[in-house]
Amino acid sequence: MLHGWGGTAPSRAHVVHPGTLEELAAVVADAGPRGVLVRGAGRSYGDAAQNGGGTVLDLSAFSSVRVLDDGDVVAGAGAVLAHLVPVLLRRGRFLPVTPGTRYVTVGGAVAADVHGKNHHVDSSFGAHVRRLDLLTADGTLRRLCRDGSPAEQRLLDATLGGMGLTGAVTEVQFGTVPAPTASILVDTHRADDLDTVMALMAEGDDRHRYSVAWVDGTVAGARLGRGVVTFGDHAPEGDGDPRHRTPPPGEPRVGVPPLPVSPLHRHAVAAFNEAWFRRAPRRRIAEPTPLAPFFYPLDAVGGWNRLYGPSGFLQYQFAVPDSGAAMVRRTLEQLRALRVPAYLTVLKRFGPGRDASPLSFPMAGWTLAVDVPARDAALARALDRLDEQVLEAGGRLYLAKDSRAVPATIAAGYPQLDRFRAVRRDVDPDGVFVSDLARRLDL
Amino acid sequence: MSDALHRPSSVLLLGGTSDIGLATVRALASPALRRVVLAARPSPARDAAVEQLTEAGVPEVCVRDFDAADTASHAQVLDSVFAGPDVDVVVVAFGVLGEQRELEEAPDLAVELARVNYLGGVSSCLLAAQRLRRQGHGSIVVLSSVAGDRPRRSNFVYGSSKAGLDSLARGLADSLRGTGVHVLVVRPGFVRSSMTEHLDPAPLAVTPADVAAAVVDGLRRGSTVVYVPRVMRLVMTGLRHVPGPIFRRLPV
Repeated sequence: MLHGWGGTAPSRAHVVHPGTLEELAAVVADAGPRGVLVRGAGRSYGDAAQNGGGTVLDLSAFSSVRVLDDGDVVAGAGAVLAHLVPVLLRRGRFLPVTPGTRYVTVGGAVAADVHGKNHHVDSSFGAHVRRLDLLTADGTLRRLCRDGSPAEQRLLDATLGGMGLTGAVTEVQFGTVPAPTASILVDTHRADDLDTVMALMAEGDDRHRYSVAWVDGTVAGARLGRGVVTFGDHAPEGDGDPRHRTPPPGEPRVGVPPLPVSPLHRHAVAAFNEAWFRRAPRRRIAEPTPLAPFFYPLDAVGGWNRLYGPSGFLQYQFAVPDSGAAMVRRTLEQLRALRVPAYLTVLKRFGPGRDASPLSFPMAGWTLAVDVPARDAALARALDRLDEQVLEAGGRLYLAKDSRAVPATIAAGYPQLDRFRAVRRDVDPDGVFVSDLARRLDL
Repeated sequence: MSDALHRPSSVLLLGGTSDIGLATVRALASPALRRVVLAARPSPARDAAVEQLTEAGVPEVCVRDFDAADTASHAQVLDSVFAGPDVDVVVVAFGVLGEQRELEEAPDLAVELARVNYLGGVSSCLLAAQRLRRQGHGSIVVLSSVAGDRPRRSNFVYGSSKAGLDSLARGLADSLRGTGVHVLVVRPGFVRSSMTEHLDPAPLAVTPADVAAAVVDGLRRGSTVVYVPRVMRLVMTGLRHVPGPIFRRLPV
């Protein structure tokens, strides 16, 4: 049984661990009527890495990592970012884009075209991919380069953000950024209301590579959306704290056991949020901070998804253009009205999206991500209403986070979906590569 | 694929004109629901059911000719349904109530009732389970009855058919652990529906909508057995332990 990080809607599949390209090609060639799919580290929230009744490929064996002289990385699709980070830091480099957890694979980063706190400066992961090797349904391994033929580039672009539906990525070459030390110089600002949070972010963006805000969706009235804005930049040589080292890859320091019920009661969450807000300094500038807690605060707690108990949770993440900024407040208000205990609410700014990739999520403007426990029909209706408002605002939902949208919502949010389908039909006319997400959303 | 909030995108209703079955489909309807297949014998009631669901906003309502008593035809019917998009929920809702005195006087009729309620259920539950297993996910909702909990003078032929079906469904539920397929056995008490309109409602009578709400809740919780109303569980636990000589004299 496989499920996403949210623990909802599992399905059963046959998991295969091919050790070589030949074995991988043989599995793809033998795919039954329910098809195949590559699963990375299983950090997508919903059903993106499940293929009920079919075959699921685990490419952990494809995890070699090489750093080239120019700083580029050539990594197997199964390589986990957590293992890449220390290798890169030793050479004074860092990932060009990193999501909020380092426990994702390179293949997964490609499939979801992940973004990070530096999207406004550095775009999404796909922008840094120079080439990738893709095993397609017909059994051929195609090397897709940035400067390849137009057909190759179309396939490359559709694969970046393509949720694993164009084929099996086996190896990726991507660029890195300089990181002279393992410290980030962090500016922290605590703001008492949402407008201040958003103003700080809009204004501070240009000056910093990394920016993110944690906002509090549990307080009522004018303080709703108060938050802590953090900006960061790699500390130059000499400015970083030499004691800061990224913890070695491996197990997180604390774990959460499977729980029969969720301890995340509304009041507990409100108390947590209050404490988190108070803990942040009102204003602190250029404080050297170790890299891991800045980028991956949640990685310190293994299996934190279990905090939501057996019924699981989902993450609602949308992007809207600047003209739709009101959606941020509206979402917090509507979830608060439902008394949804949302304790992880993250607000970010996006730079321009990559239009070449039809299913790439980011678009210039704002993105809000809220974790909510998977509950009742009232939550379903509220999120459906929010979907409509997001679409009206010209926005879209993130496929790697989705576990409940309907096909029409995705089609409206991704106007180039038909272009993606055309590429997929070309390269995989029988639909050999398929997922529960693709079936549910008609991708 | 049902979504994170347990909303199915497709439902197959075996017994496509059943009041409880249709109420269940309506309760499962949401913007996520795209397709409903009504399996029933051709009849004006089936046409009306299609119309009802279409008006309720289900984008695609299709029908399959299905005769619960004709078990030999079941595999073909299910194959034709499963040839389409994944089926998230199969509702096994067909059944006949019969008139106890008549059934006792004409055992042929009793055999016919058992053929529909029990054999039809055996065949369709097992066939649906095989196909859902191949899919790796899905739920089977089996409409049982409290009448199966303990045979009563007033309806033991019907009760015995439901007892058999109930047993089968619970065993099936256990056998499907870990396959991604879930079985929910629903045991309503007296339901006011077209099947019982000629009868005086018993105490704790419920409506098809009540049963439907219990199904939605049971699917969300992943329950194996739900009683409707819930207090029926207590009542039936009590009744099961009443000594025979007393039970016979109870007006149940």
